[in-house]
Amino acid sequence: MSILHTVNKSPFERNSLEACVRLAAKGGTVLMIEDGVYGAMKGTIKSDMVINAMKDLTFCVLGPDLKARGVDEAKLIEGVKVVEYSDFVNLTVENDKAQAWL
Amino acid sequence: MSEIKKFMYVNRKAPYGTVYAWESLEVVLIGAAFEQDVSLAFVDDGVYQLCKGQDTTGLGIKNFSATYRALGDYDVNKIFIEKESLDARGLTLDDLMPLKYEDENDDWAEKDSIRVVSSQELAELFEQSDVLFNF
Repeated sequence: MSILHTVNKSPFERNSLEACVRLAAKGGTVLMIEDGVYGAMKGTIKSDMVINAMKDLTFCVLGPDLKARGVDEAKLIEGVKVVEYSDFVNLTVENDKAQAWL
Repeated sequence: MSEIKKFMYVNRKAPYGTVYAWESLEVVLIGAAFEQDVSLAFVDDGVYQLCKGQDTTGLGIKNFSATYRALGDYDVNKIFIEKESLDARGLTLDDLMPLKYEDENDDWAEKDSIRVVSSQELAELFEQSDVLFNF
């Protein structure tokens, strides 16, 4: 039984990503969308939190939201997967339920 | 003409996720018509507003990032970026769009509008302002 976690807030503005990482069970998938995509960048004061969580969770980030914000894929934490809207749909179907961390 | 006041617009939100960044830009451009002394500060997630290479095609919403480059033409050429905010986000000046203006007092030489400042310097700039607008 797995959960798809979506995070749509910047980790510098709210603690949504932090709460998600703390409360998501092993095997879950975290999809960063909207302002949440900033959490996927390397070299930030939040990067280590994501890197540490990668042993238990799969991290994805929505490509169109990255592009809108001018975030180059080369700036992402290694291992974070860039996905499209169609993958978002697949993730929703593949997981038993979704939890939106607002 | 009444006395010229020092206006400071403080931008602390990322673009697109909320409407703050776009609203601020609109207010700045409207305000620019009143020939006041205008400064802009980009702090916290506000620094993301100036990131290079924004492309909103996939979202189907307006990409307003090019509008920042027009600020110089409206005599809005004092743009302050907080260094601490850049550092926390792993960003440098190279990640931001270059913003220029032509200096009428220097034979229209093209100059940079952006100045990276420390928190302390920014606090001082806020102290020196007459009116502060927060977005």
